[in-house]
Amino acid sequence: VLYSGRNENFVQPVIDAFTAATGIAVDVRYAGTGELATTIIAEGDSTPADVFWAQDPAFIGGIAKQGLLAELPDEVLDLVEDRYADADGRWVGITGRSRVLVYNTDLVSQDELPDGVWDLTEPEWAGRFGVAPSNGSFVAFVTGMVLAEGEERTLEWLEGIAANDPVIYDGNGPIVDAVVAGDLDAGLVNHYYLLQRIDQLGEVPAANHFFPSGDPGGLVMATGAGVLATSENRDAAVALIEHLLSAESQAHFLTLFEYPLVDGVGTPDGQVPLGELPTLDISLTDTADTLEPALALIAEAGLT
Amino acid sequence: MTTASPPAVIPAPKPSFRQRRRASGTLWALAIAVTIPGAAPILHLVWTVLRPGGFDAGGISAARLGQLFGSTAILVASVTVTALALGTATAWLTTRTDLAGRGMWSMLVSLPLVIPSYVGALAMLGSSGNSGVVSLALDAVGLPKLGVFNGFWAAWGALSLWNFSYVHLITTPALRRMDPTLEEAARGLGASGWRTMRDVVLPQLRPALLSSSLLVGLYVISDFGAVSLLRYETFTRAIYTQFRGRLDVTPALFLSGILVLAALVLVLVEQRNRGRASLAARRATRPPQPIRMGTPGRWAAYGFLGGIVTAALVLPLVTLGWWAVQGMSLGNVFDPVLSEATRSTTVALVAAVVTVAAALPVAILTVRHPSRPARILEAVSWSTYSLPHLAVGLGFLVLSIRFVPAVYQTVTLLVVAYVAMFLPQALAATQAGLRQVGASLEDASRSLGSGSLATLGRITVPLVWRSLLVGGALVFLTVIKELPATLLLRPTGFETLAVRIWSASSELFYTQASVAALVLVGISAIPLYLLVTRDLHR
Repeated sequence: VLYSGRNENFVQPVIDAFTAATGIAVDVRYAGTGELATTIIAEGDSTPADVFWAQDPAFIGGIAKQGLLAELPDEVLDLVEDRYADADGRWVGITGRSRVLVYNTDLVSQDELPDGVWDLTEPEWAGRFGVAPSNGSFVAFVTGMVLAEGEERTLEWLEGIAANDPVIYDGNGPIVDAVVAGDLDAGLVNHYYLLQRIDQLGEVPAANHFFPSGDPGGLVMATGAGVLATSENRDAAVALIEHLLSAESQAHFLTLFEYPLVDGVGTPDGQVPLGELPTLDISLTDTADTLEPALALIAEAGLT
Repeated sequence: MTTASPPAVIPAPKPSFRQRRRASGTLWALAIAVTIPGAAPILHLVWTVLRPGGFDAGGISAARLGQLFGSTAILVASVTVTALALGTATAWLTTRTDLAGRGMWSMLVSLPLVIPSYVGALAMLGSSGNSGVVSLALDAVGLPKLGVFNGFWAAWGALSLWNFSYVHLITTPALRRMDPTLEEAARGLGASGWRTMRDVVLPQLRPALLSSSLLVGLYVISDFGAVSLLRYETFTRAIYTQFRGRLDVTPALFLSGILVLAALVLVLVEQRNRGRASLAARRATRPPQPIRMGTPGRWAAYGFLGGIVTAALVLPLVTLGWWAVQGMSLGNVFDPVLSEATRSTTVALVAAVVTVAAALPVAILTVRHPSRPARILEAVSWSTYSLPHLAVGLGFLVLSIRFVPAVYQTVTLLVVAYVAMFLPQALAATQAGLRQVGASLEDASRSLGSGSLATLGRITVPLVWRSLLVGGALVFLTVIKELPATLLLRPTGFETLAVRIWSASSELFYTQASVAALVLVGISAIPLYLLVTRDLHR
């Protein structure tokens, strides 16, 4: 059983290929990463899940911290760069995604674009941007910000955002849709939503704006997968993760515009290579430690 | 929720000496057994809050709770008032006036019940904003586009539009049964039309209005999909946010417990009020004289009914259809969601049959052997029914993991949860049926030597089968639309239509979401047709 915080269109083709190649049937439970993480913790030792694949390092790190994940073999961990895997080897990154500001090119001019996330607390952005504070990807970004800038500064930023009249959404998708439709000027999202929209709809009046290196907004997050410690099918579970890191699967993720974390598979169409993306110098493993503070700060700032 | 009105609205006939016969132990055991699954999650949630240290473990500040109560209460109050006004108006126009096509209008204003509120909300989003269907249509004729529907006003509109039909369905038979001589007397004594309405008609409608406002109010509290899509913060949505935003499930359970306590208070308040509300016991001796409408009034009425039907029925269907067509023209694969439709229909059918069967012992116990303990059993099942499905679902999730892991994430647990949540729908219908047939035939059968079981099978069930069918149809309709508990408790891989609509729309696969929604609406129309023809023409 795979608990997948990634959506069905993204995952199912790869699972079908796995079953075809190995004869191992995989039941996939699709839901949000946060929902599944909470469910796994509530299930504890009796979880039916063998593998958990999360959108973000923070939530899977939280599961790992509770001792619910088994260590992965080195040959699996070695498939990706060290910084995209858990320092203790309990989860491994599958794909990479960058945080961006998606903006409507008719409504936002080039010189207005922010130099960093702090600009969004300025008056000229009041009421013009969307955020999804209850969504795992926003939470994960805040965990990174806490690591990079500390709790106090992060709270200051969150309160600045909350005071700047943001439009609150549940997820990234609706933000991108609103920006594409011109109902919203801009929004903090992951990079691939817009690229998938362009792929579906053709030309749209929207673009991704990357924050510069060192800015907490410019963060590459790994979607991490791990094997549950209670799994009775550990070999099959490890095989599934290996399959997610196979060249074939990684190439599939590429067509959906996420960054393959295995070297040499390629770069999404029209995108900067992974190594050249602006990023933040933090350890993704540590985001598990800042998850609870991040959630508390978001609540304290009243971003709901 | 449902068109079933809470039980005490139908005034129980005084039990004759014969009906006071003692109930058998088997009957009690059965009735208690089917009520337990509903009581367990409530008790667990209440305990989460009230146990020592519950408040601290919840970790939700009092200020935040106050805020959530406020925003939820405003929505509940405004939607209830609006739905009452709309539903009473449509019921009155279609029963008491001489408008043409009253039967057709009555049917049309009941049909929005096939549209779950989250589907309605989805359609509202799809029709408004810069690229919305209605916006594009307005733009084409040179009118300004609609702004995006969201926040309070959108949630208010959506929940009013997709709930007022309950009021219509409950008020219509009440208006029809009402004795017209009272009104005629009032008019004869010189009271104006409005005064007659206020002082004579509305007081007689009180029981119907009270039970429909409870129904609508509880629905608003429990709604999860529409307020999430339209981005209005209520208690139920906050439970979900806590559930997915935190690693620990306790804060979500805590909020659910608080909500359970609040809903119980609401049910109690309604039951107190109901005691004073038994004015409409007299039956009409003849149909009332239809009120003749003047030409302007007639056109205003047509405009009103037409407007409502357009907003609640035509627009969502057009929007969904447009999405489906547009998606396919963009080359999206047409997915007929056949396996989802099969799963939804099967699980709803099974749940309906089991619920009706489970309701039978409770109904027999409460109608044939009324007693205080029997009333308590009945009240227990009504309280589960009145709770947000998300809260009940969380309760079942946690309890089954802890105590019966064997059924966790199985269809069995899902069906048990449905039965626990929707038992009163079948119960109310069965009780009404039992009251109508009386006990004399059953007694005769027993006195001729038939056992209890044989009497049940040969006499009781055949006599009330129509009521059982109605109860089953109601449960089917509710189960197939149910979203939050299904999301939490479904077996892995068991995607139903409701789950598909939800996941596809949150991933922006609108083509798939709209096709699934249209299929769901189509399937729901069948049991609704059955219910509407029963409710409106009896």
